[in-house]
Amino acid sequence: MIVRGNETVLVQGITGKQGTFWAERMREYGTKIIGGVNPKKAGTEHLGLPVWGSASDAAKDTQIDVSVLFIPPMGVKAAALDAIAGGIKKLVIMTEHVPVQDVMHVMAEAKEAGTKIIGPNTAGIVTPGECFVGFMPAFNPLVFKPGNIGVISRSGSLGTLLCLNVVQAGMGISAFVGIGGDPIIGTTTTDALKALDADEKTIGIALVGEIGGSMEEDAADYAKGMSKPIASFIAGAASPPGKKMGHAGAIVMGNKGSYAGKKAALEAAGVTVCATPSGVPEVLKEKLGL
Amino acid sequence: MNFEEHAGKPLLRAAGIETPPGEVVTTADAAKAVAANLGPCVVKAQVPTGKRGKAGGIAVVGTADEAHEAAARILGMTIGEFKVEKLLVEGQVPIATELYAAILNDPESKGPLLLFSPEGGMDIEEIAENHPDKLLRHPIDIRNGLKEADLDGKLPAGTPDGIAALMVKLYNAYRTNDAELLEINPLVVTADGTLMALDCKFTLEDSSIPRQAELVPHGTPDKLSGLEARAKELDLKFFEFEGNVGVLANGAGLTMTTMDAVRHYGGAPANFLEIGGESYTKGTEALKLVLANPGVKSLLVNFCGAFARCDVMTDGILKAWAELKPDIPVFWTIHGTGEEEAQAMVRDQLRLEPFDLMDDAVKAAVAAASGEAAQ
Repeated sequence: MIVRGNETVLVQGITGKQGTFWAERMREYGTKIIGGVNPKKAGTEHLGLPVWGSASDAAKDTQIDVSVLFIPPMGVKAAALDAIAGGIKKLVIMTEHVPVQDVMHVMAEAKEAGTKIIGPNTAGIVTPGECFVGFMPAFNPLVFKPGNIGVISRSGSLGTLLCLNVVQAGMGISAFVGIGGDPIIGTTTTDALKALDADEKTIGIALVGEIGGSMEEDAADYAKGMSKPIASFIAGAASPPGKKMGHAGAIVMGNKGSYAGKKAALEAAGVTVCATPSGVPEVLKEKLGL
Repeated sequence: MNFEEHAGKPLLRAAGIETPPGEVVTTADAAKAVAANLGPCVVKAQVPTGKRGKAGGIAVVGTADEAHEAAARILGMTIGEFKVEKLLVEGQVPIATELYAAILNDPESKGPLLLFSPEGGMDIEEIAENHPDKLLRHPIDIRNGLKEADLDGKLPAGTPDGIAALMVKLYNAYRTNDAELLEINPLVVTADGTLMALDCKFTLEDSSIPRQAELVPHGTPDKLSGLEARAKELDLKFFEFEGNVGVLANGAGLTMTTMDAVRHYGGAPANFLEIGGESYTKGTEALKLVLANPGVKSLLVNFCGAFARCDVMTDGILKAWAELKPDIPVFWTIHGTGEEEAQAMVRDQLRLEPFDLMDDAVKAAVAAASGEAAQ
């Protein structure tokens, strides 16, 4: 999923500390923030923008393309179902520690309604030079110089490092898709890969994975048929099995989700897997003849 | 959070699934007393890991004296990484058939997945491998739940009566208790035709802990070192390892990557510690934790601020640095939100130049830890 600069964005939880801070940053960067939601402050203004009592109410008043959720974990299910009921077709869920059975309910409803979901537990998405949704340092030109490399990452911090490395190597970013660190997420590595494959600006892809789950292995299947070059870094080679390394999804159980399995699957699909993140832009430059 | 068998079974009983009569004991004498009441028994080590049988942690005994003997042998054993301190002594059940049943969170279908097989007594990987035709994988729409009729015509050949009703009960227990996994292996049909759960594996989904607070005291706490326990109190994600390069980074992905890079350049990380997300203001506590490990010979600080601002994290660490005055070399690399302020703080207060590339900072930290002069 890529968000364009002309798309309108609603902020659920806009009056909270993080909602306020990042709504301002997004607006400064060029994201079309059209207002926010707080059930207790319907009809008021915040940051000079309208506040609605629900996302569905907001969607009755104006066209909303994307809703971003800065909502505490136990409130995410209700907030997301509200946005889906309002007909909003893209949701970006920032929240970490959302109960997984709540997430599954939201996913089932979204699928039926044709709503795309990024996250939960994502750092967001950035389209450099146009807009960003979430809490990425899009405004830092050393990290997010506009260009032609698409970056996919489960992690915000590691995704930031990869974008920085791409820019340091003399290239730029067409789109950053942060998919989130949870075990069950709306947009998978494969979904993000498809979106970047279809994106005209993107000529090469940095695929940043992590141990745990099988999303990288699944993405390798799709990568086989792609003509755009892909270079990858998989975090967690030095992590011990059986422990959740920060992200709920980053856990190796038995052979499932191991570094070796992911590396082998990606390499069999023609994807170069680098030992450190700084190798990724070098491989892309070589494959692109830059 | 994992639950031992004896802590999971009450959840099954509450949902209407039968289990054998039994009691939890911590001494061989108590095991003998329970066995004297129950008659022929099974004495089972209570540890939150599989393969208890293979490890010798399960004994089938005929008499109270045999129960005493088995309990004395099993108590104190180590299975996996767990020392056996508790036993479940259960009455033996005459088994006609062994089956497998589970409900789990499935990333692929993004919903609950029901697994059932009339082939039980082996683990699910073996069933999937050896009897794929006898394994039902049934994705459930969590909005609708599970009804007996949903399984009409789907259960594998050889499935005994009453399984659809049992799966509905199992699903209800899974939902009520916010399970990540609820597995019965083996589920048995007894000689008189009753369905009974002989084992139970329940994993509470961690993000649901705040709304399942009453379950938590029955779960198995993570096995933590002293420092790891202190970190948990501070709500910091921290693991200790054998290495000598202290690692401080923000975000799970970047922290794992920093450890990987230390390993790649020939060093050994001393810890995993991330201070990203909501905990990015805890730089001071974080540094104290890393330095409390006497094995740490150099420190690597790697920040890529997104949500977490580099200036806030750096400020916390510099404050702790001034307080603790550690006598080890430190190597910084800082980028992202707040990088200019953070880099300036390091230059001003430590008279150090942060590295532009992570790889260079890692190489320097590894060299310093191994006693070589940093370049």
